[in-house]
Amino acid sequence: MNKLSLIIQREYLAKVRNKSFVIMTFLSPILMVGMIVLIAYLTKVNDDGTKVISILNESDYFSNDFNSTQHTAYVRFNDISLETAIDSTARAGYVGLLYIPHDEDLERVASNAFFYTGTTPNSSLIDGLENTFRARLREHRLQQLGVSAEEFARMDKSFEIKTSTFEGVQNLKGINEIKAAIGGGFGYLIMMFIIIYGGFVMRSVIEEKTSRIIEVIISSVKPFQLMLGKIIGTSLAGLTQFAIWILSAGLLLSIAFVIFDIDPAALKTGGDMANGMGMAAPLPSASQTMNLYAQEIFNIPWLMLICFFVVYFVLGYLIYSSIYAAIGAAVDNETDTQQFIFPIILPLILAIYVGFFSVFNNPHGPIAVGFSLFPLTSPIVMLMRLPGGIGEGGVPVWQLITSILLLIATFIGIVWLAAKIYRVGILMYGKKASYKELFKWLKY
Amino acid sequence: MDKILVTNEVTKQFGKYTALNKVSLEIPKNSIYGLLGPNGAGKTTLIRIINQITYPDSGEVLFDGAPLKPHDITMIGYLPEERGLYKSMKVGEQALYLAQLKGLGKAEAKKRLKFWFDRFEIGDWWNKKILELSKGMAQKIQFIVTVLHEPKLLIFDEPFSGFDPINANIIKDEILKLKANGTSIIFSTHRMESVEELCEYIALLHRSEKILDGKLSDIKKAYKKNIFKVGVEVENGDMFLKELETKFEIKSSNYVAEDRQLDFTVQLPSDSSKSMLRFLSENGNVNHFVETIPSANEIFIRTVESKGAYE
Repeated sequence: MNKLSLIIQREYLAKVRNKSFVIMTFLSPILMVGMIVLIAYLTKVNDDGTKVISILNESDYFSNDFNSTQHTAYVRFNDISLETAIDSTARAGYVGLLYIPHDEDLERVASNAFFYTGTTPNSSLIDGLENTFRARLREHRLQQLGVSAEEFARMDKSFEIKTSTFEGVQNLKGINEIKAAIGGGFGYLIMMFIIIYGGFVMRSVIEEKTSRIIEVIISSVKPFQLMLGKIIGTSLAGLTQFAIWILSAGLLLSIAFVIFDIDPAALKTGGDMANGMGMAAPLPSASQTMNLYAQEIFNIPWLMLICFFVVYFVLGYLIYSSIYAAIGAAVDNETDTQQFIFPIILPLILAIYVGFFSVFNNPHGPIAVGFSLFPLTSPIVMLMRLPGGIGEGGVPVWQLITSILLLIATFIGIVWLAAKIYRVGILMYGKKASYKELFKWLKY
Repeated sequence: MDKILVTNEVTKQFGKYTALNKVSLEIPKNSIYGLLGPNGAGKTTLIRIINQITYPDSGEVLFDGAPLKPHDITMIGYLPEERGLYKSMKVGEQALYLAQLKGLGKAEAKKRLKFWFDRFEIGDWWNKKILELSKGMAQKIQFIVTVLHEPKLLIFDEPFSGFDPINANIIKDEILKLKANGTSIIFSTHRMESVEELCEYIALLHRSEKILDGKLSDIKKAYKKNIFKVGVEVENGDMFLKELETKFEIKSSNYVAEDRQLDFTVQLPSDSSKSMLRFLSENGNVNHFVETIPSANEIFIRTVESKGAYE
């Protein structure tokens, strides 16, 4: 045990002191925060500018439809020719000129309207204009049909079906997706961690092999101890990195927002810019619904989720990183690893895709259940299902237990196999490993 | 004599390939034991079994009289043929780490390292990284790390490869000192000149089997063929040679008339060297009369070839 802790210590320090690791650890948050701040700043700058559109309206319609908003201002030209209007628009530096020709018929007016701009106009601007036309035309057509605006408003009222469980608890639409996305976040974290730090474990094994120190070390410790120490040491370094990232990113982000005076909430609403120009008609119950969502998210059993995250994380990571260690032992240099890495990344990617496509739609359907039991995908898929709770309405207890038991059994099996390959592989120099060769090693 | 290590019909197979076939060796305490054999003979496999890196399929290994236990690795020092160190780790830290893995306490390891670093006059390397050192320098560190925990049994696999002649001599002297202090040493090599110089006992492995072992001097005695190299000063060499040929089996000869010098090689029947010498001294002046003892190299080649050539 004492030797194991020595190995863990060395692997940890070797990783943490590595220059590229240090640079990655401290540069990444700065880059990330820099990016976010830049985006936020640019959005803010973008928001501040009001676009001016000039209108040359020769028709009798649309005199009251184009109203200036926070983002768009309208300037009206009267009694000048189209050429002059275009000319003045360009000279004034406006975004564009909306030309509405004269005609008796509104439909024809609308279809002959033109928008002149210096460059290709951005789509949200066009959307805004089109929405205004569309609204006016609809009103016109309804009038022709003899429907009043009030009548239409009543008719147009949106509809949503209310859903409920058998026990009468009101459900929220889309909450499954939100829950799965939260679980998916955890799953994604596991996948990234496995790929990044599994790769580190593999490279570290290859380094020991190519520098030929391996035989010196395993004349002092068991190969299995070395493998385990390596995996644990590397993952501790990884956790350190993650912790530094989360802490420093949070800190930097809040500092940056204070310095640049950016309201984080603006980031969320920034995307809704286009709606501001159209006919925004918020549902009266929106805030109420939001409350329900917030409550629902608050009600996700976070503690349980984090506990199972740790369980699945540890087991999943150990399984995959011991495979990575075995691969590292089987080859002489990193270029030979490709043929072995693809098959282990495959289930991880499959898990993420199945998770996003299948679990989102139906968290307890056969595909979701299958993949959350299969040990190579369960750490990711099961975590996507778990935010729905355990037991009734959530993941059945038997599935959870089966999944974890299968994972533990696989863990023991894979680590045993990987240790065998590792033990033989680290002492094989200059032998090109094939799957057939690896299979032979298992029998040594 | 007491044995530090005994292997009893040790067999190891890799798949269908037999790496060691019923190899039995007895390695006496406080001696230098040469483990010889062509490449692929099974030397490294045997050494790995002694170090408990791999385990025999059958047979047993006794260390200091008792079956080999996991704890015994702290009593064994091993310098592998394929050796290296962590390239980007500092020399001192690395040596300390490897010493601790062998079961030394940190303070004790530091003290001993300081002693060895001073002895090799490399104290200023402590904070250097291995990649800043030359190959020979790194080999010195490896040697120190191998002997630092003062093992009862040391195993050197081609210890001189990578050393220049001067440093090879330093290491050779250190090995002899260790032996003088009571350490038993297994010395695996196919460089025969160092075997002649160092080893008292040898074992020859060939195609996974032991084909020869014992005290080097005994083996040499067994392998000598009563062949003598003789130089005499005589008046008439050709006549003399003819006379000799009637009595003895002359292998080769050379007579230089101006110097009256006759050199020849002769294979004598056993116990006839005295009569030969008498005959020579009666008829001329004997310059030299030497029995040719086969070198380890000759024994090695002769034995291996008699068992079938390389594959």
